[in-house]
Amino acid sequence: MSAVLERPSARDQAGTKPAVKLPEHIVEVISDSGEGAQRCGQAFASIAARSGNGIWTVEIIPAEIQPPARSVAGASGIRIRVGSKHVNNGGDETDLVVAFNEQVLLGRVRAGELKQGATILLENIWAEHRDPAVVKSYTEAVKALKESGFRVIDLPLEKECRSLMSDPRRGKNMFVLGVLASIYSLDLQLARDQIALTFGKKDQKVIDSNVRLMEAGFAWGEANLDFKYEIPAEKASVPQIVVNGNTAIALGVIASGMDICAMYPITPATSASHYLSECFEKVGGIVHQAEDEIAACAFAIGASYAGRCAVTITSGPGYSLKQEGIGLAVMAEIPLVVVNVQRGGPSTGQPTKVEQADLLTSIYGSHGDAPKVVLAATSIEDCFYSMITARKIAETFNMVVVVLTDASLATAQQPFARPTFNEEWLAPPIDQSPLPAGAKPYDWDKTTGIARRFSPGQPNGMHTVTGLAHDRASKVAYDPIINEEGLRMRSLKLATLQKTLKTPPVFGDPEGDLLVVGWGSTQGVIEEAVQRLRDEGLKVSALQMRFIQPMPSGIKDILKRFRKVMTVEGTWADRPHEDEMIDEENRRYAPLAMMLRARTLVDVDCWTEAKGQPIKPGQVVQALRAKLAE
Amino acid sequence: MGSALSQFIMKLHEEHRSLEDYQGGIPRWCSGCGDNAILTAVQRLCRDENLAPERTVFVSGIGCSSRFPHYMKTYGFHGIHGRAFPIAQGVKMARPDLAVFVNTGDGDCCSIGAAHWIHAIRYNMNLTVILHDNQIYGLTKKQASPTSQIGTKSNTTPRGSVLEAMNPLTVTLGVQNASFVAQGVDWMPEVLYDIIARAYRHRGFSFVRIIQRCPEWLPKTFEAWVHDPGKTLLLTHANGLTPSAETSRIYKNQREHDPLDIHQAREIASSVDPIPVGILYHNPSVPCYEDLRGAGAPRTAEAIRAGLDREFDKFTIWPDEAREPRAA
Repeated sequence: MSAVLERPSARDQAGTKPAVKLPEHIVEVISDSGEGAQRCGQAFASIAARSGNGIWTVEIIPAEIQPPARSVAGASGIRIRVGSKHVNNGGDETDLVVAFNEQVLLGRVRAGELKQGATILLENIWAEHRDPAVVKSYTEAVKALKESGFRVIDLPLEKECRSLMSDPRRGKNMFVLGVLASIYSLDLQLARDQIALTFGKKDQKVIDSNVRLMEAGFAWGEANLDFKYEIPAEKASVPQIVVNGNTAIALGVIASGMDICAMYPITPATSASHYLSECFEKVGGIVHQAEDEIAACAFAIGASYAGRCAVTITSGPGYSLKQEGIGLAVMAEIPLVVVNVQRGGPSTGQPTKVEQADLLTSIYGSHGDAPKVVLAATSIEDCFYSMITARKIAETFNMVVVVLTDASLATAQQPFARPTFNEEWLAPPIDQSPLPAGAKPYDWDKTTGIARRFSPGQPNGMHTVTGLAHDRASKVAYDPIINEEGLRMRSLKLATLQKTLKTPPVFGDPEGDLLVVGWGSTQGVIEEAVQRLRDEGLKVSALQMRFIQPMPSGIKDILKRFRKVMTVEGTWADRPHEDEMIDEENRRYAPLAMMLRARTLVDVDCWTEAKGQPIKPGQVVQALRAKLAE
Repeated sequence: MGSALSQFIMKLHEEHRSLEDYQGGIPRWCSGCGDNAILTAVQRLCRDENLAPERTVFVSGIGCSSRFPHYMKTYGFHGIHGRAFPIAQGVKMARPDLAVFVNTGDGDCCSIGAAHWIHAIRYNMNLTVILHDNQIYGLTKKQASPTSQIGTKSNTTPRGSVLEAMNPLTVTLGVQNASFVAQGVDWMPEVLYDIIARAYRHRGFSFVRIIQRCPEWLPKTFEAWVHDPGKTLLLTHANGLTPSAETSRIYKNQREHDPLDIHQAREIASSVDPIPVGILYHNPSVPCYEDLRGAGAPRTAEAIRAGLDREFDKFTIWPDEAREPRAA
């Protein structure tokens, strides 16, 4: 067995080390693409969750399927935050990382993702590589890491796996799972069960060999590591499900009663459709993979027009392509749910990375005045319920509802209470009852703007819907009065919906020195940051926006009770303190800050970050301190 | 109470429909526009097939052709430029019980909507598709279209278009899963009706290209063909069209062509002069996408509840260890 660095003495007996109790730890497993670091990390997270720990996972995904081996850009992995209590974001820097080579690790170090003095378990096979350049690179990296204060531990991954697998590369990940199970004092039986679930579709031999690898890793950890942790867990009192945001979206589609999802493959949205493709047909739904994003949107509109409410799921570039179709659905008042799993932009941008830059394009997208509903899911659980809400609003108001999530929710996993199905979630059956003679398809209620929806098949309802300006009978009309009537009614529906929305709750006191406002996926991060400052006695509160168009009432009243208001958003916005060209006259504010300033006339500041990584609570804490100090 | 038979007869009587039952708004196409001939043929078809207007949907894109649904008294969807196919597919997927037609033009189908056209052929959904091909952009006022003959002078090609015209028939016949391809001309109304009727009765993607005159922008383009029946090649076959004696008396240039023969169909399709008219290809055995995809489980609240619970089970952590799913 290889020597373990900085280890006072090897222990031979398992289970004799005292475990240090920790409130939480952030663990990272990182490898070349295809070596299974994500599968290992997901299994680790699931075992921790089954043990009753809070977890949040963040995937580290290279943009290519087979990037070059041993490269910074090819780093593929996962980061898991494990806590004693419920965890609602990815947290700060990593405490412990298992790396399959030094190159994939270096990118993470340079990006500042590792905590000062973090523990690194590094595959040591590279020290004996036949290419002297590899040996040199490895040796120098280890030296540099140690000099930087990291605790580097040799991990003889390949050597240990070689005795168990003909291709050791394929077994490393489960060996690492065992090492982690040892370090974090996880229940071995839960680990075995998890492997059976992970490889459930394969035969028993595959499961058995992976269990052997995991057990070998566990034994290695017990025998060779001089530390052991325990993150005490409290078992949840209710059943919970552990899924990522995209799976939650897909489950929400089923639960909402929608039965047609039209899509075109795009990262990072596609896995929602992958999952739906697996299970949707069993409940009578279909996933239609259209020839392009435009067709996917048009197909969904056609299906919605015919009486169903359909959904199309996409991301940034695909969302841009759908804009003309969205405008048609707005004009013709056809219910439609559009999910935009935001990614880094503009253009192809950072397909696998997180960004929150599509808010204004969602509100104002498509040409002309095209009022639509925009809501942003604030957690993985909310991804599920947002789909039910979206379908209901779309069909009640005959509107387009845009649901915004982002890459950080899409691939992150977190347990939440297992939903209990409610028949009211479902759409009513398609109305095929005869309409009264002379009924008009756009017989708008003058107060609410809502008209009864007609579906093909209904006698007396025959009319032609059109994207052209039209009157109440859906007849094409270029009349100035009729044109304004249509615009007014389509706009009124937003106001009608707005009257039904609840003011979002303030996290913390209802008044104070600083209010932090966020939207969508940043809720967990912001609230954690605010809680840390509140624990210090600072008068900081948070407000998270779920509905942004329309915006609920009462926001201005909340903002006015704070001395300062600042949004925290995962997008680019000008930084007057950093760039001399930027002043108050040309400063481009972040989207939510712009919306709040326009709606409330309150001087709302913004702090943003667009690094492609989920925002860390520690960074928000720093930004809030700076704002308080201003 | 009358007898069952008399009720049946009364029902038949009630459901008998006349042309007026399908006539919507008064067409606003130019006088002499070929679209009028297509509208007449389609309204006749609806009457003869006794289609329930509330169970019939005409879907179109944008352009002169795409005003078509407004002139029908059925359900209609006047969509956006180039996207009639995917909209119609969505309608058909959600409601396979409805009769769905698509009206599209040479700009709508062959230019901006070309990607959808290719894939619509592949999907082979049960849609009756009418390509109103006047070889010019009409509504935007005379620009060359992909099917404009080379040398066509237009507002965007004032010195004549420089590219060879696209042939929608050869394109359609070149795509895997083509199941019905026919061509008609607006100046042969009886044959046009027969072709559209055959297209309607085909279960699958029935593609009918109709060469139509645009009296406003290209008034002389088809003059030679209109005045010389010899420049039309009438396709006949027991499984295709069997022209009336009257038609045969005028259109003597005929060719017996088996619509199942795709190789011959492709050869005929490539002819620009004479213009082939009739059923080029008809293969009733190509499966429809909605049949391949649509045979899902029943959609009841109970089925959805059970399905959802099945999915939740895969991801559930039970507080009670005993209920924890243990994989075999």
